[in-house]
Amino acid sequence: MENRAVLTGTHFINGDIACAEGGLAAGCRFFAGYPITPATEVAERMARRLPQVGGIYIQMEDELASMAAICGASCSGARPMTSTSGPGFSLMMENIGLAAMLETPCVIANIQRAGPSTGLPTLVGQQDVMQARWGSHGDYEIIALSPESPQEAFELTIDAFNLAEKYRVPVILLSDEIIGHMTEKVVIPHPDEIEIVKRRSPNIGPKDYAPYYPDEDDIPPMSTAGDGYHIHATGLTHNEHGYPDISADAQERLVQRLVRKIRSNADRIVRTENLYLDDAEVVMVSYGCSGRTTREVVETARADGMKVGMVRLITVWPFAEQLIRELAEQSSVGAFVVVEINSGQIALEVERCAGGNAETVLAGLMGGRMFAPDELYKVVKEAVL
Amino acid sequence: MKNIFIDAPPLTPDQAKLGRSKGYGDHPLDKYLKEGRIPHIWCSGCGIGIVLTAFIKALEKSGADPDKTVVVSGIGCSARSAGYLNLDTYHTTHGRAIPFATGVKLANPELNVVVISGDGDLFAIGGNHIIHAARRNIDLSIICVNNFTYGMTGGQGGPTTPVGAISTTTPYGASEYPFNLVYMAAAAGASYVARWTVLHTRELRDAMIDSMSKPGFSFIEAISPCPTAHARRNKLGSGLDIMRYYKEKSYLADELDRDETALGLADKIAIGKFVDVEKPTYLDMYNSHVADRAAQAAKKKKKKKK
Ligand SMILES: Cc1ncc(C[n+]2csc(CCOP(=O)(O)OP(=O)(O)O)c2C)c(N)n1
Ligand code: SF4
Ligand SMILES: [Mg+2]
Repeated sequence: MENRAVLTGTHFINGDIACAEGGLAAGCRFFAGYPITPATEVAERMARRLPQVGGIYIQMEDELASMAAICGASCSGARPMTSTSGPGFSLMMENIGLAAMLETPCVIANIQRAGPSTGLPTLVGQQDVMQARWGSHGDYEIIALSPESPQEAFELTIDAFNLAEKYRVPVILLSDEIIGHMTEKVVIPHPDEIEIVKRRSPNIGPKDYAPYYPDEDDIPPMSTAGDGYHIHATGLTHNEHGYPDISADAQERLVQRLVRKIRSNADRIVRTENLYLDDAEVVMVSYGCSGRTTREVVETARADGMKVGMVRLITVWPFAEQLIRELAEQSSVGAFVVVEINSGQIALEVERCAGGNAETVLAGLMGGRMFAPDELYKVVKEAVL
Repeated sequence: MKNIFIDAPPLTPDQAKLGRSKGYGDHPLDKYLKEGRIPHIWCSGCGIGIVLTAFIKALEKSGADPDKTVVVSGIGCSARSAGYLNLDTYHTTHGRAIPFATGVKLANPELNVVVISGDGDLFAIGGNHIIHAARRNIDLSIICVNNFTYGMTGGQGGPTTPVGAISTTTPYGASEYPFNLVYMAAAAGASYVARWTVLHTRELRDAMIDSMSKPGFSFIEAISPCPTAHARRNKLGSGLDIMRYYKEKSYLADELDRDETALGLADKIAIGKFVDVEKPTYLDMYNSHVADRAAQAAKKKKKKKK
């Protein structure tokens, strides 16, 4: 291994390592984490690579501390990252809420395993979807991206950093054990071909700067600790100056904005992969490792003459609401089949957006393995009938 | 779904003016306070304000660069200190000030990072973090206001509440053994450990100056009265009575003996500087043991390739 941050070239690596390399390519130089299967390889890769490129890897005492540390590092101007899986993700919730409230850009890779609780440490699950959205108390919006391959784990980790910086929000890479532990070809481009988005910094002096006074797009420019701005940032409800303001008015202004800065930009953030939708009678909706099986089933069904299409969610949050709504209204579409390794988390969203215009069927697994194509094929066949 | 949020009233002109306040600047130390933040939230007779003043005087006397000094706090009455200081200040979550500060410091080692928080925050919910930060010898200065209770939430028992003390959750008197904070910080590996009461304002100030210039993990315990939530229930008197008690019962201890430095409800208080040692900080160790070796390994690999 060399002391280059971007390992331009073709590699044969797993999704966890690809995720770590994506972070490095995106400019991550601070990682705080705690080992947990199946995310340990992300931390191990960072422990080896960060010291080579002038960065810091610190293994904290737990995930509460890891998440707090990346919030702090973000305030010092770093592009920080942590990685974990279910049990650790639960511990991170406290300070994911802090990151949402302080609007500190940071990236959390959750390589999902099956739960609840300690569950299946070494085996796959996709059960943290709702937790990723609303796992911390209160109300806020985040962004979550779900890769379907090591290549995408690399690319989406870079996107995660850029989105975090652009919208001043914690971004979750919602990967899973299958993708994390799957080894495939990963092509890492030349640094010049990698887009790096940086947070907006204040263009006015400390005297006039109010750290939570947003620009027109609801995003406030962010000063860096040590730059002389002397800001106060608090997890309490605060006014535009960053000072605690324990009132309903301040709460409305602040939390409405935290929600709006993501919701009103949803069409810019949402990304999906769409397949055979024009004449689809059944639309399969999936993401992450389940998206791989789904694609194969869609291809087989098409070859067998069934009018089946697919939406693969690349951004799980914000949800592809508009697309699902339009598809539900499309005259050909009779049903959605939502394929996910949980008891119906995205299925709830699909059913909500379908609004009674199309049926929603859940193809669910409780975790421990991927779907087999023939099991899904059966579900689709029934849905088409 | 159509979203209809009830309109939030915009900033009032007063709020928009950065909270300017009359009289700001009249006091020579005002420049260390953010404008418009006084009056503070603390009760009369509370000792936290004295700790804050000692800190401001430490800033002044040491000549620490306010642009490069960052204060991080957790949650509690003591943790509210951060919000008054005219520095970059972060008021985080309950117990997490130290790991947050760890991130601030490691991402920019040039910063002088100070944590000001309470005994409950740092040693109950944050207990795991403080011992690990001390073990790593991260270059942070920790100022712990010990008022033997959870002041902010109305005076519950906590990890420092002396045996026999009455609190809202120990109505029959506390039965658990309390932590000895200075002993614990020292045992965990801190480079600098001191304890003073808020009567000892100059010693507190000087300890803060020492801790900020000291590379590595420094810990200062500031014994402080909470008349509202702790003293009243335990018939310890007013803030002033407690200062008298500090005067009578505190004594300079010359070594960190576990039993000597333990604290009771109205017993003697051992004060002083207990630890002051030189040892490489977390970053010194990281650079010599990790970063340099990584660079050497990379060089070797490159040669081999050729
Ligand atoms: C996770 C969490 N649990 C509980 C609380 C409620 N709470 C607020 S302050 C506090 C105790 C603070 O005690 P201490 O650190 O001693 O500060 P003091 O108010 O005495 O200065 C508690 C329990 C909280 N804010 N967050
Ligand atoms: S409750 Fe106690 S610690 Fe809190 S401000 Fe009042 S006197 Fe101080
Ligand atoms: Mg207390």
